[in-house]
Amino acid sequence: MRVLIGLLALVAVPFLADAMGQPALLSLATRILIYAIAAASLNFILGYGGMVSFGHAAFFGVGAYSVGILFAHAGGDALWGVVPGSTNLLVTLPVAVVLSGTVAGVIGALSLRTNGVQFIMITLAFAQMLFFFFVSLTPYGGEDGIIIRRSNEFLGLNMRDKAVLYFVILGIAVVFFAGLWRVVNSSFGAVLQGIRQNERRMAALGFAPYRYKLYAFVLAGMGVGLAGALMANFLRFASPDMMHWTKSGEFMIMVILGGVGSFFGPVFGAAAFLVLETYLAGWTEHWQLALGVILLVVVLGTKGGIAGLLARLGGRG
Amino acid sequence: MSVLRVTHLVKRFGGLVATDDVSLTVEAGEIHALIGPNGAGKSTLINQLCGELAPDGGRVELGGRDVTRASVPARVALGLGRTFQVTSLLEEATCRENIAMAVQARAGLNFRIWDRIAGRQGIWDQADATLAGTGLVARVDVRAQDLSHGERKQLELLVALARKPRVLLLDEPMAGLGHVESAQMIAQLRDIPLPMLLVEHDMAAVFALATRISVLVYGRIIASGSVEDIRENPEVRAAYLGAEDALC
Repeated sequence: MRVLIGLLALVAVPFLADAMGQPALLSLATRILIYAIAAASLNFILGYGGMVSFGHAAFFGVGAYSVGILFAHAGGDALWGVVPGSTNLLVTLPVAVVLSGTVAGVIGALSLRTNGVQFIMITLAFAQMLFFFFVSLTPYGGEDGIIIRRSNEFLGLNMRDKAVLYFVILGIAVVFFAGLWRVVNSSFGAVLQGIRQNERRMAALGFAPYRYKLYAFVLAGMGVGLAGALMANFLRFASPDMMHWTKSGEFMIMVILGGVGSFFGPVFGAAAFLVLETYLAGWTEHWQLALGVILLVVVLGTKGGIAGLLARLGGRG
Repeated sequence: MSVLRVTHLVKRFGGLVATDDVSLTVEAGEIHALIGPNGAGKSTLINQLCGELAPDGGRVELGGRDVTRASVPARVALGLGRTFQVTSLLEEATCRENIAMAVQARAGLNFRIWDRIAGRQGIWDQADATLAGTGLVARVDVRAQDLSHGERKQLELLVALARKPRVLLLDEPMAGLGHVESAQMIAQLRDIPLPMLLVEHDMAAVFALATRISVLVYGRIIASGSVEDIRENPEVRAAYLGAEDALC
């Protein structure tokens, strides 16, 4: 029921923005949706799987660059002479998801041999390696990134229209969250949550934790790659900044703000972060200071972030 | 054929020999108790048997297969079940869910991302069957973290059984239990028709359950034999049992 109300509110956003004469609201809402997908996929491994990955933005960037590079080759010469470019969302999204999942598979296979702080540092290191790789990738803009002149085509819709793009992204987000819901409540989801709670116990039951964690890591990489591909379509731009470690930090802040391990927490977290960023930045250039204080209050003062706070308010009322 | 066979196992930590040429077997139908003072290397030995710790020498065989280098899950797949000295459970999960996880582990399909765990009725039915008739039957929906110490010990044993092992390693199942709970645990263990290696401090429990006893001192087995043999063994008395009254 509450999900339905939330969904109706999201559907109403473009009309509200239009009525209020605030087009910026629409672009804010679009970014919230995209970041919600990214943060939810991080939450899948962090909250449900107990893996504190500090390199999640790497796959966000891979997703974005997939769209960018495919666009650059569309209608022109093929990539390496064999891979034709594409400007069709039905092609670019799957490619972005598969590529980011593959990169996550490689990075995860190596990183998951470690635990705890080492894992945090090694995922961070891999993400920074990828960042510098794309910085030096001059054929695709290097540091400046790659400009995508038009958003991808999708079923003949007018993707130049901000509201249309918003609805397409909303639809994809709904499908993503429905899928995530299934995965979290699946047999695999149960094993993953068991591993977070007690890896030793799960091994004693015969589960080899490494395989399950790697599988989850790949799935999460695919999710954030999808978000990256959508972001590239929204910004019509992909740049190495999308995989900078501060972006990984932003994802993590969203997860923590929203509530680690809560299903809709990342949506609240992404919304809170972006709204705060937008309005605090309007007041002062030192907005991150205020954000830091708020994050501190949330971590110390609420049990389970915004989602936890809402659950308790709902329980009382 | 021995269900579990350990031959010439050695583990060193720097200069300390924690496991010193240990050989022992667990035969079908027996409860082999392993006793020894604190620091004798019992936990180190158990951890090598489960695969959490790699030995420096020797061999571990499970059902006739060499598992010396096998991982913990690989040994579990070959039928090794265990309980922990400090209970190890899924703390946020209920009794029922803890058992269901063990059933699920055995049932497989654990990489399915598109089914519903709540819809796998067979798993929940088996979990309920495991719990039926035990002292935990009224506590099925209580989270592990909210159970009493005795209940946790009992749940851990049920979890190990739900995995349907061929041999059980029990690491101090009586530790921290009260008098009544201990008696219940002894009765429960006696009803389990599985070969077991029982590491235990509670001598009353050991004498009540064991068909064979080995005594571990400074990483070395100094004596092995029937309950009577061990009771009478002067070396064992000197090294471990100490004063006469500690025996009863």
